[in-house]
Amino acid sequence: MDFDWHAVLTPLGLSLRVAGLATLISFLAAMLAAWLLARKRSALPAFVDACCTLPLVLPPTVLGYYLILLVGRRGVAGQWLNEVGINLIFSWQGAVVAATVVVFPLIYKSARAALEQVNPHLENAARTLGASEWRIFISVSLPLAWRGVFAGLMLAFARGMGEFGATLMIAGNIPGKTQTLALAIYDAFQSGNDLRATRLVLVTSLVCIVLLTAAECLTSRYGKNK
Amino acid sequence: MISIRLRKHFSGVHPPFILDVDYVIAPQMRRVAFFGPSGSGKSLTLHCLAGLVKPDSGHVCLGDRVLYDDAAGVSVSARRRRIGYMFQDYALFPHLSVLQNAAYARTGCFPRFVSIAERDKAQAVLERLGIGNLAGLRPDELSGGQRQRVAMARALNADPELLLLDEPFSALDTLLRERLRRELLEILAGLTIPAIIITHDPDDVDVFADGLILYDEGRARPVPDWRKARTGFASVGQCLRHLADNARQPLHG
Repeated sequence: MDFDWHAVLTPLGLSLRVAGLATLISFLAAMLAAWLLARKRSALPAFVDACCTLPLVLPPTVLGYYLILLVGRRGVAGQWLNEVGINLIFSWQGAVVAATVVVFPLIYKSARAALEQVNPHLENAARTLGASEWRIFISVSLPLAWRGVFAGLMLAFARGMGEFGATLMIAGNIPGKTQTLALAIYDAFQSGNDLRATRLVLVTSLVCIVLLTAAECLTSRYGKNK
Repeated sequence: MISIRLRKHFSGVHPPFILDVDYVIAPQMRRVAFFGPSGSGKSLTLHCLAGLVKPDSGHVCLGDRVLYDDAAGVSVSARRRRIGYMFQDYALFPHLSVLQNAAYARTGCFPRFVSIAERDKAQAVLERLGIGNLAGLRPDELSGGQRQRVAMARALNADPELLLLDEPFSALDTLLRERLRRELLEILAGLTIPAIIITHDPDDVDVFADGLILYDEGRARPVPDWRKARTGFASVGQCLRHLADNARQPLHG
């Protein structure tokens, strides 16, 4: 059989890299947002909270459009980025940006819910023991909420692997450069290459199943000997 | 000396609750009891004292340190007040071992890493409270009484200048209470810092208190020389009922 495995492995590697980086960046941003917003309750956090959830409900094409307005060549941030020599449009880094925005609410939402479950007495106890708010977050709140946070990370990674719409608009569909698994499947299907499409579909499904199973095993094992 | 003047208004509850207290605890009062029904403002006072709740106005002074003064714009954060707080449910960190709990005040963002010096120090505090053998266990493997001691060890290892105990026996069954009350008294007797204990059990007051503050509906009344008042009654219950009735009359008259 003369099947070109590179046609599968290249998009797979790209998808893993994009989803991994997007999850990491979103994780840091979501932690910061959850930490800041958990402290104050007023109208502003409610609005910010809504904005943080927005990517979950907006169609990816809308997100893609906004992102082009923002980081495109004539975009607000894009012009500045251009000057320092960074171009996100039609690059794999652009795909990371798109995926980051799309997966952010998944991490933010689950982290926020998990952090709110932490007994406030524990945080108060840490306060009376001289811990700063940041230290309380790292040493008490986060470790106690980690199951929820971890579940959010896994979901985000899996969602990042499957990101299509916003990625297509920003990074395009350049084989070997910005063509992730989801894009490669669409491409193969469109061009009638059913064998390639089938293999890509199977690989994507397999990776996601392995990921989610691993996540499940991890959380339940740690849950028992907590 | 501890001087407390606090006002805090809660309009969200029915009927609206107002904490309005103003008293001084003399330096010779080593163990002070806040006694009164639930919802009378005892816990709220401790929270304000520890800096966990900010009052609307008032003044809190511990020795010569001003911890809170709305007029002067002073409000020391909870982490800098050096006031140990033992919570009703003990609030032990469930993800840390007994030793890591005890060392928490002296470790960093990753309390699982305890330096050798701090390990020895925390172990010494645990030994002092008779629970050195539990160092490696998790809080959920401990009995109620053991948890209480760990909470005490954790608070003491932060070198507080005042210890607050919020209903230390409410999480325990009656048979245990009797024994633990005696044990806690022994521990407190060995301390050089003053302690304030919240309770609504008259027996706690009888065993612990040099000083007594009666709480009722957000008001507080210190009882001058309560030990002397106690001698006139057969049981502590009678004595407290009498004192509480006396306290109530001027407020409602």
